[in-house]
This record gives sequence, C-alpha cells and structure tokens, in this order.
Amino acid sequence: MGVTQEAAPPKTTVRARKSFGEQMHSFPWWAVIMVVGLVAALIGMLGNQYYRDAFNFIISPPTSTEIAFGIQITNGLRMTLFTTIVAYLVALIFGLILGIMRVSKNPILFHASTLYVELMRGVPMLVLIIWIGFVVVPAWRQVGEGTSWLAPIARRTAITGVQGAILGLGFGYAAYLAEVYRAGIESIHRGQMEAARSLGMSYAQAMRYVILPQAIRRVVPPLANDLVALLKDSALVSVVAVPEILQMARLFVSRTFRAFEGYNTAAFLYLVLTLLFIIIVRMIERRWHASV
Amino acid sequence: MSEPIIKIVDLHKHYGHVKALRGVNLEIQKGQVVVIIGPSGSGKSTLLRCINHLEKPTSGHVYIHGVDLESKRTNINQMRAEIGMVFQQFNLFPHLTVLENITLAQRVVRKRGKEERERIARELLARVGIPEKADAYPGQLSGGQQQRVAIARALAMNPQIMLFDEPTSALDPEMIKEVLDVMLDLARTGMTMVCVTHEMGFAKAAANRIIFMDEGQIVEDTTPYDLYNNPKSERTKLFLSKILH
Ligand SMILES: Nc1ncnc2c1ncn2[C@@H]1O[C@H](COP(=O)(O)OP(=O)(O)OP(=O)(O)O)[C@@H](O)[C@H]1O
Ligand SMILES: [Mg+2]
Repeated sequence: MGVTQEAAPPKTTVRARKSFGEQMHSFPWWAVIMVVGLVAALIGMLGNQYYRDAFNFIISPPTSTEIAFGIQITNGLRMTLFTTIVAYLVALIFGLILGIMRVSKNPILFHASTLYVELMRGVPMLVLIIWIGFVVVPAWRQVGEGTSWLAPIARRTAITGVQGAILGLGFGYAAYLAEVYRAGIESIHRGQMEAARSLGMSYAQAMRYVILPQAIRRVVPPLANDLVALLKDSALVSVVAVPEILQMARLFVSRTFRAFEGYNTAAFLYLVLTLLFIIIVRMIERRWHASV
Repeated sequence: MSEPIIKIVDLHKHYGHVKALRGVNLEIQKGQVVVIIGPSGSGKSTLLRCINHLEKPTSGHVYIHGVDLESKRTNINQMRAEIGMVFQQFNLFPHLTVLENITLAQRVVRKRGKEERERIARELLARVGIPEKADAYPGQLSGGQQQRVAIARALAMNPQIMLFDEPTSALDPEMIKEVLDVMLDLARTGMTMVCVTHEMGFAKAAANRIIFMDEGQIVEDTTPYDLYNNPKSERTKLFLSKILH
C-alpha cells in the first residue's frame, strides 16, 4: 500500500494527506443520517395500517380532485407541487417586473413598486392568503353577480378560492423576489449602463441586453433558495382549504382522529420534498458556478 | 471657419456643493485631435461625460453639429450613437463574446443585418490587431486587448466624434503602446477626437490642441509645442513640472 501511494502523482498524495478530522467534517454525515432516518421511518410507517391509510389519503388518487387553472390535480402531493410551481412562476415573472420598477428613475414606477413591496412584506404571508381567499375572491364574485359596469369583467375573471390562494402566494413572494432582482441589478457596475448608453442604446435596450442578463445570472442561487422556501410556505394555502399535503392530513385526522399518524405523514412528505428540492437547487447552483 | 462639430457654452456642473465644472467654453472643429490634461478632480472626466450627456449639466449648453443636447426635442440616443466613448475601465460586456460586444449596438441601435455587422466587427478587430479574439470573452483578454476591443466597439457605430477618458491609465506599461498605436492610427484617419490622457508622447504626435484644466475651468488652450515651451500660467508650469519630471 505504502509503495503504491508513493508512486502516485503528488496531487493525489496531497489530497490523501487531509487529516482524519477534516475528512470527518467535510463528509455530509447530516445527509446520511437524514436519509437513513427517513428510510427507517418509511419502513416503520408502511408496516402500520394507520400510516398506510394516511399515505393513501394524501398521495393516492382520487382522494381529492381539484381543477385549478384548467388542470386537474388528483392528490395532495401533486397539489403541493402544483401550488409551488405556479406560485413560483408568478413570483419569478412579476418579481422581475417589480424589481425593474424598483430601480427605475420614473417616480411613479418607483413609488408604485416600493409601495407594493412594502405592503406585501408588511403582512404575514398567512394573513395575505386568508385575506385573498376569504375577502378578495368572495368580494370579486359578488361584484360579478351585481349589475355595475364592472360585473362583466368580474364574471370573466372570477377565480376560485384555491386559485386565489395560489396566486396570493405567488404575488406575495413576488415582493421578496423583487428585492433579490433589485439587488442583482444594483450589483452590476454602473460602467455597464454607461457603456451601453454611450453606444446609443436606450435605457430599456441597455437593461434588456446588458444589465439584466448579467444581473439574473448573479441572482440564480438566491432565487433557487427561494424556491425551497416557497415549497415549505405552500403549506400556508391549506388555511383556505386548498387540498395539498397539510390540508389532506388535516382532513384525514378529522375523519379518523389519528392525529399522530396523519401529521407525522405530512411532516415526512414535506421533509422528503424539501430534501429533493435542495438537491436539485444545489445541482443548479453548481452548474451555474461552473458556467459563469 | 465652419460650424464647430462640438460647441460648449458656459458649462457648469455641480455635484451637491462640489463644482466640477465652472463655466467652460470650448469649440472643436471637425477632424481636430484635442488632448485634455489637468490635475485629479479638475473636471476632465466631467467635461467629457457632458459631451455625450452621460452627465446632465447644471447649466450651459453642449451643441453637437449645432444640435443642443439639452433641448427636449433632441433624441439623445441618436446623438450618442454618433459619439463613441472609451472608458478607463474598458466597460466591455463580460457576458458577451468580443464579436457580440462589437455587434450588439449595431444590431439594436443601427439595425444592421447579421452579415453586415459581423463583417464590420471583424474588419475592426483586424484594424485594432486582434482578429483572432472574436470568439473570446472579455475576461480572457489582457487589459490592452480589452481596451482595443472597446475602441472597436465604439468605432462600429461609425461615430463622428471619439471621446477617450484616460484609456491607458488602467493598463500595465507594456500594454499602453498597443492602445496608443490604435489611437494614433485613428487620429491619422481624420477622426475628431477628445482625449483625456497624460501620455505626452501621444499628445505631441497626434494632438492639434492641448487643453489644461484646473478647478473646473480651462486654464490654457494651445498647441502641445506652446504648452511645453511657453506655458502662460503658473498653474500650468507647476502641473507640467509634476508630470514631465
Ligand atoms: N458622480 C459624482 N458625484 C459627486 N461628485 C463627483 C461625481 N463625479 C465627479 N465628482 C467630483 O467632481 C470633481 C471633478 O471630477 P472629475 O472626475 O471630472 O475629475 P477628473 O479631472 O476627471 O479627475 P481624475 O484625473 O481623478 O479622473 C471632483 O471633485 C469629483 O470628486
Ligand atoms: Mg477622470
């Protein structure tokens, strides 16, 4: 063994000299423990009839079917994923628009976007979702049933409470992402804007072709982290009875009075999803750093 | 004389209580090469940046071909496309290749077709001596190469005026010459140039006029020969003694 090690190129030898303590520290023990724990928990749970019932209730069709934005969603797990993805897309796009407005020299755009961001960040997400689900959506529906000039518009744009909650989550998160985009834009050296303008580009062209491509590249890691945060916050929409994981667990408990099994199962599912998302996010980040 | 290509009338620029420019009057004729020198903070960059309206003057006027940049009816983007600018820090677009750096504004401002703009870009790269770097990214180039790309990028717009703000100050000594050579070459083609630089070799070889600025004002506006041989003001003499050692 000693002979082969000496024969190896110096680089390998250096790497092999990492102390035992360092190796113990850099190895992702926490992930191993978590995965082992999750697998053990899964095996344990599947051996128990109540847990099997809880899993079935939450993740197998057709315990719930809900149509949101024209798509049929057949179980709690899928509803959580659907909520996360739709809300994230809304937040990504609307947040970008807000972020661009936040760096605008136009006072109307600047103050309108700042007002929006501060309002949204000033209200707990849970309150925002309840407010949209129980105030905005019903009020808009009532306008649609009335006879005012707004009625035809309200009828055409009427949404369900589920859709409202998902959009509310997205519009709430847009305020947070707006600040991420704004920071990204402001991190680009002002010489970039000046060089673009000196070539005759308009402000909008300079933004579109010079500033944003660089700024967005820079904010990919924080944006990806917000995806994980949004996944966890998607549980909030259960408060207006969106049939996602937590809501289905609550339904299960109210029917079977098995709180222990029902909520353990929900926690387990969230943990697995979060872990998967984190792994995906880390992969995206690593790719990104390699390409930038 | 014909109408000046650049005419600056009683230009003032204040940053808060800092008076960067204090009443500058200047006329530059087409084809002139003007070098601006002066101590740090004397307003050289500010003056240059007012000429393409990167800075908005506090008062006074800048006319390009008789068009007032301050006027509401002036299309500032159109005017800027006629005025190339080269920065001390190059300011290349790091996310784009060299070729894309030179073709971007041709595409979105000049609306040139792909073949035309790439042909122009490659011609310019050959002219500044780095035709082989078309597909490199700015981060892969030396400072001198980056600055030459920046000059090519500005020239691609077919500007009538070129502004240079200390184009060689951020460069290692061995790269200064390659950039100055490109500038000398440009001066010979009859380009109207306004250069803030303390490269006296360049001033002697290329400049028709040399302007000494101090405390936001033009102190002396003369030929390089006269500036060295009989500077009028004490401030000029003091400054020259410092930079010529
Ligand atoms: N954006 C700004 N905000 C505030 N003050 C500024 C700004 N730009 C320039 N100044 C001030 O205006 C004055 C003139 O600056 P300017 O950059 O034009 O000088 P300069 O002659 O180019 O100097 P240098 O040789 O150091 O580049 C300085 O006192 C500077 O601090
Ligand atoms: Mg300067």
